Amino acid sequence: MVATPETIEQLRSVTDEKYKYGFVTDIEADVAPKGLNEDIVRFISAKKSEPDWLLEWRLKAYRAWLDMDSPDWAKLKIDPIDYQDAYYYSAPKIKDGPKSLDEVDPKLLETYDKLGIPLKEQEWLAGVAVDAVFDSVSVATTYKERLEQEGIIFCSISEAIQNHPELVRKYLGSVVPYTDNFFATLNSAVFTDGSFVYIPKGVRSPMELSTYFRINAQNTGQFERTLIIADEGSYVSYLEGCTAPQRDENQLHAAVVELVALDDSEIKYSTVKNWYPGDENGVGGIYNFVTKRAACRGRNSKVSWTQVETGSAITWKYPSCILQGDNSVGEFYSVAITNNCQQADTGTKMIHLGRNTRSTIISKGISAGRADNTYRGLVRIQPKAESARNYTQCDSLLIGDRCGAHTVPYIESRNPSATVEHEATTARISEDQLFYCCQRGLSEEEAVSLIVNGFCREVMQHLPMEFAVEAQKLVGISLEGSVG
Amino acid sequence: MALLEIRNLHATVDGKPILKGIDLSIGKGEVHAIMGPNGAGKSTLSYVIAGREGYEVTDGRILFDGEDLLELEPDERACAGLFLAFQYPVEIPGVTNTTFLKTALNAQRKGRGEGELDAMQFLKFVREKAKPLGIGDDMLKRAVNVGFSGGEKKRNEVLQMAVLEPKLAVLDETDSGLDIDALKIVADGVNAMRRPDNATLVITHYQRLLDHIVPDRVHVLADGRIIKSGGKELALDLEAKGYAQFGGAAAA
Ligand SMILES: Nc1ncnc2c1ncn2[C@@H]1O[C@H](COP(=O)(O)OP(=O)(O)O)[C@@H](O)[C@H]1O
Ligand SMILES: [Mg+2]
Repeated sequence: MVATPETIEQLRSVTDEKYKYGFVTDIEADVAPKGLNEDIVRFISAKKSEPDWLLEWRLKAYRAWLDMDSPDWAKLKIDPIDYQDAYYYSAPKIKDGPKSLDEVDPKLLETYDKLGIPLKEQEWLAGVAVDAVFDSVSVATTYKERLEQEGIIFCSISEAIQNHPELVRKYLGSVVPYTDNFFATLNSAVFTDGSFVYIPKGVRSPMELSTYFRINAQNTGQFERTLIIADEGSYVSYLEGCTAPQRDENQLHAAVVELVALDDSEIKYSTVKNWYPGDENGVGGIYNFVTKRAACRGRNSKVSWTQVETGSAITWKYPSCILQGDNSVGEFYSVAITNNCQQADTGTKMIHLGRNTRSTIISKGISAGRADNTYRGLVRIQPKAESARNYTQCDSLLIGDRCGAHTVPYIESRNPSATVEHEATTARISEDQLFYCCQRGLSEEEAVSLIVNGFCREVMQHLPMEFAVEAQKLVGISLEGSVG
Repeated sequence: MALLEIRNLHATVDGKPILKGIDLSIGKGEVHAIMGPNGAGKSTLSYVIAGREGYEVTDGRILFDGEDLLELEPDERACAGLFLAFQYPVEIPGVTNTTFLKTALNAQRKGRGEGELDAMQFLKFVREKAKPLGIGDDMLKRAVNVGFSGGEKKRNEVLQMAVLEPKLAVLDETDSGLDIDALKIVADGVNAMRRPDNATLVITHYQRLLDHIVPDRVHVLADGRIIKSGGKELALDLEAKGYAQFGGAAAA
């Protein structure tokens, strides 16, 4: 049986009954009841055997959150989210989940096939209860050994809290403070897992981290917390996400990603996300509110964000760079695709604090169907950012005439020696282009995919090779049904 | 059996009749030329053959290798072996020539149930085809037609044709805007494609291309009808006397 929102609701109301009584002191339980209060925060922290300072930090966040309002400024139409109607720790497994692929939404399977995802993984992504051990687990172990040789720490944030508490304590919340914004504050109170990376001085990571993420990121849940630290002179390329849409009962996702780049280090952070968008009317889609921020703390440090986002019903996301160190560099390359009823409000913030800091923003927004796509970007040059430079280019591509694209650049320059350039274009796929491609043998969908990938090229070429190929396929798939 | 068989073809654009009863039969191994004044309907005919949206067939039929062409979508016609060199080639920003050619060739091979070429096989193949046309790696790496000169665009159309190896190529004024050297390169490219089992329909305004691509038959199209057909000497006759003798507008 396919888990439609209705059946999930029904199951939830049944399972709720079981947790009505006396749970709070029972930390042996693997589940917490619905709702959010201080006891739930304590429960999560106790479950993870966290040190006191972390519990205190979570509680401060929770208390701050109570006084905050959900932001309403983004150009999004959001149904109110009932925070008491959600699970914050190990939601009960839906026992009536699909037992085999035969019971899974054929549309989802079709997408997996197009992406070339192996059967075993398909079962797993679709939430089929399988005990299979994946080959990639052993691959992961091999990777780990290799990384350990270099002194690189790459583990879940829970493990890092146990094994490297001094690093976590020093950097957690140092880029995104627990008071930062409604969703980040909520995340600080209740995050359950995520990734931790530390690259020691002078080390270049010998591989892209989290290439096997497709498997391992599965159960990190809706409040993911990622912390990456590049020590002096180090380099790391980190990949997040996967191209396969995941069945997920959690409507709300509020992740926090913090990056810290010290002197002469570089972090390349690439994301390809294909959230479940809901049906054509957006029912059942995921709300994706993510706070991603990098601190280029050291001199000559560099962070580049590359993202290809498609899918979620609502995306609200502004990966940002705080350019503190002199000569530090921030880059943001983004492709956001919205189709049907999806809404995306995304962009970046580049905050120039140090001298000679440079930032580049390339944003490509594609809208089809009745979707809305907004680029919202802030470039702020602070008084001490002598000779800072920014270049921003925002291009929108429209498919059909019922969708929208909006560009909202905010530029605040407080230093007269700074150079800030902004360019924006809006284009439509022309009938001439489509016919030209079709005359050469491409179907309309293949033609749209090719043209859109061309439009996104400047961003795609920043993705690691194997990721780029998947991302290109994803672009095509996410625009299916957008013409004709 | 003829490769292309057009019978009593009538077509409208925006409800306006443009093609008013065309009969044309092109056999395998043949080269035909269509000449005619501006606005005669030459490009319209090529679009109708290729199946462009908005070009409505109101009467008549087109058979391609015995198959009813009008039943097929534009991409299916391409896969069946129909190629149109555009009078005004279209720009596709961000898509390199190589990617475009590879995507098109593999789409056609897939459509015909053949295996796709991998990147290395393809690159070797495309370089072979590009060299005689004076197209180097730099041009293969540039985005399709973006910033190309008029002559480069036309050579690029011929490259696409050479790579896709169609059964029938329709060249819509591929000669216009070319200097004599470029014209020769294009003509050589087309001639190199000639096989006993394929055919070419050359649409042109001027006789000079036909010095290099020698046609078996020449047709004069004016006001949506073929008003005269003949051998290659008809082209010379037209050159000498102009289109006025057929009551059409003067050649531009
Ligand atoms: N898209 C169009 N909409 C309206 N009229 C058109 C369109 N395309 C062509 N025509 C008309 O059809 C006639 C034939 O045009 P065309 O086929 O381009 O001629 P040729 O290629 O012989 O110069 C002309 O009168 C032209 O104005
Ligand atoms: Mg014409």
